[in-house]
Amino acid sequence: MSDTKIEGQPGYAPGTHVSGRDIRDKKIPYTWWEVEAQYAYSLGPANARFLKELKEGKIIGRTCKKCDRVLVPPRMFCEWCYSPTNEWVYLKDTGTVETFSISYLDPDANRIEEPILVGVVSIDGASPKHGFMHYFGEMKPEELHIGMRVKAVWKPEEERTGSVRDIKYFKPLKDGGDE
Amino acid sequence: MTRKVCVIGVGNTDFNSMTPDVSWKEFMYEACKKAYVDAGINPREDVDSFITCAEDYWEGFSIFDEFVPDQIGAVLRPCCTVCGDGIQGLASAYMQIMTGLVDTVAVESHSKISDALSYGDVVLHAMDPIYEKPVAGQVERERFSGPSYPEKSPKPLVGKTDEKGRVHPYYIAGLEMQHYLRSTKTTEEQCASVVVKNKRNAYDNPMADYECSLIEDDVMQSEYLFKPVKELDISPLVDGAICFVLAEEGVAKNLGVEPIYLNGFGYSSETPWFSSRGMDAGYATMASKMAYKMAGIKDPKGAFDIIEVDDRFSYKELQHIEALGLAKPGEAAKMLENGELEKDGKLPTNISGGSLGIGNCLEATGLQRSLEIVTQLRGFAGKRQVKNPEVGLAQSWRGIPSGTGAAAIFSRYPEVKA
Repeated sequence: MSDTKIEGQPGYAPGTHVSGRDIRDKKIPYTWWEVEAQYAYSLGPANARFLKELKEGKIIGRTCKKCDRVLVPPRMFCEWCYSPTNEWVYLKDTGTVETFSISYLDPDANRIEEPILVGVVSIDGASPKHGFMHYFGEMKPEELHIGMRVKAVWKPEEERTGSVRDIKYFKPLKDGGDE
Repeated sequence: MTRKVCVIGVGNTDFNSMTPDVSWKEFMYEACKKAYVDAGINPREDVDSFITCAEDYWEGFSIFDEFVPDQIGAVLRPCCTVCGDGIQGLASAYMQIMTGLVDTVAVESHSKISDALSYGDVVLHAMDPIYEKPVAGQVERERFSGPSYPEKSPKPLVGKTDEKGRVHPYYIAGLEMQHYLRSTKTTEEQCASVVVKNKRNAYDNPMADYECSLIEDDVMQSEYLFKPVKELDISPLVDGAICFVLAEEGVAKNLGVEPIYLNGFGYSSETPWFSSRGMDAGYATMASKMAYKMAGIKDPKGAFDIIEVDDRFSYKELQHIEALGLAKPGEAAKMLENGELEKDGKLPTNISGGSLGIGNCLEATGLQRSLEIVTQLRGFAGKRQVKNPEVGLAQSWRGIPSGTGAAAIFSRYPEVKA
């Protein structure tokens, strides 16, 4: 790496990529095809129950008695001991931020004005590292931190469809305190 | 001492035209769990390496490999995917064991194709973008959201390539069958007999989904879909998962499991240019030559007590028997007519019901063919048991539009008696 910065140029090489304009203007010889690929993934008992409970505003998990674990989202078998899981168990809609990122780009790599806060929440009552990925809201980016206590903000009942997006985002849990 | 590789456990789900009650995870778990129980092992401790044979577009995921470890017992263990047929997976497992790095390998393959709503278009997507896709026609539609699915399911072709001016990619079977019939003087009626035989055989296979009592006329009178291919010449799609546990023979001895040896295998791929391909299943010829050499088989005729060949289209069974060197061109149909391919014949073929009787389970087809051979060699085939088989051959093809095939030789002995 050189320390000398050339006037008017960045100190690194961003690379040059094909642009939409290059393709439109046929500067590059190409052939085009759009795939028609559609899937209806069967949910199976664990996912189906989890989504059904989300619609009711509840978070449900499964226990593995052998490993003494509570798995959320629920699974019908335990990936540690390879045995079937045992019982359904309802959990709270509160948890702890495991890790997070403040994201400034959309999927097309365009800059977005308000950064999106995403991260992993470990759900209270579940085993460590059990929870799911979600958005964070009602907080400033600089407030978000690992170990932060959070609570789910649900969509109104009539808007819920049985999806992980039935939770809008996780907000700071006041008086919850940090772990 | 030379290492020997054998099958120590097999497991499978039932084969069904749809499986909406389970996700792909529970589905794979069922097959693998059964295989591990069959072998008497705990995958979390006793399996050294794991292989899944899967193709992303069938699954509906990018990098499907990553969605595999939990349900096959492979979390934080050596695990990889072979994007190919199950027999190619067995080949990889064999090689891993022969290196001495590992002793026990699990190989899983499945079809959960009932989750795919646009099968025909996914097959189309496997064709050359410059020369073949444009011939089939680009889908023209409004942007839409949410699943769209034909009201009437056009089984066995499940798919959406039904718009005007577009052709379902299975027409490639029509091209090949046309060539096969002409070059070997085989008739459509003789191909129809394959359908009748395999769907009848499937009655004795409890896991088959498409058993049926037909006569040749039923097949002949079914609709032409890709002339000369008729509706009943085509194996319908099916869901199913299969797992094999392979091990060095010492492992089998320690476990007290009766080993079924993998004595040889081979695989081969044709050029993707349709216009340059042989259209006579050269992939099967080359794959089988490799397997025969490895197993020390000089003359394959008379070497096998039972065979399972890829019959995803009726003519394919006959074409493959010939490509494997088990009959001269045009002779396979005569063997069928003489009853030689029946359970008590000289060369029992697709006694399981084949893909026509059980269903087309895509990349799992090689394991489905192998599963029958292993079950027969173990003497566990029940009503369809062939009398005391010692050596069997399983052969598979990757289906349209591929020109890739594989073959595997199994026996009850470390060495095949050539």
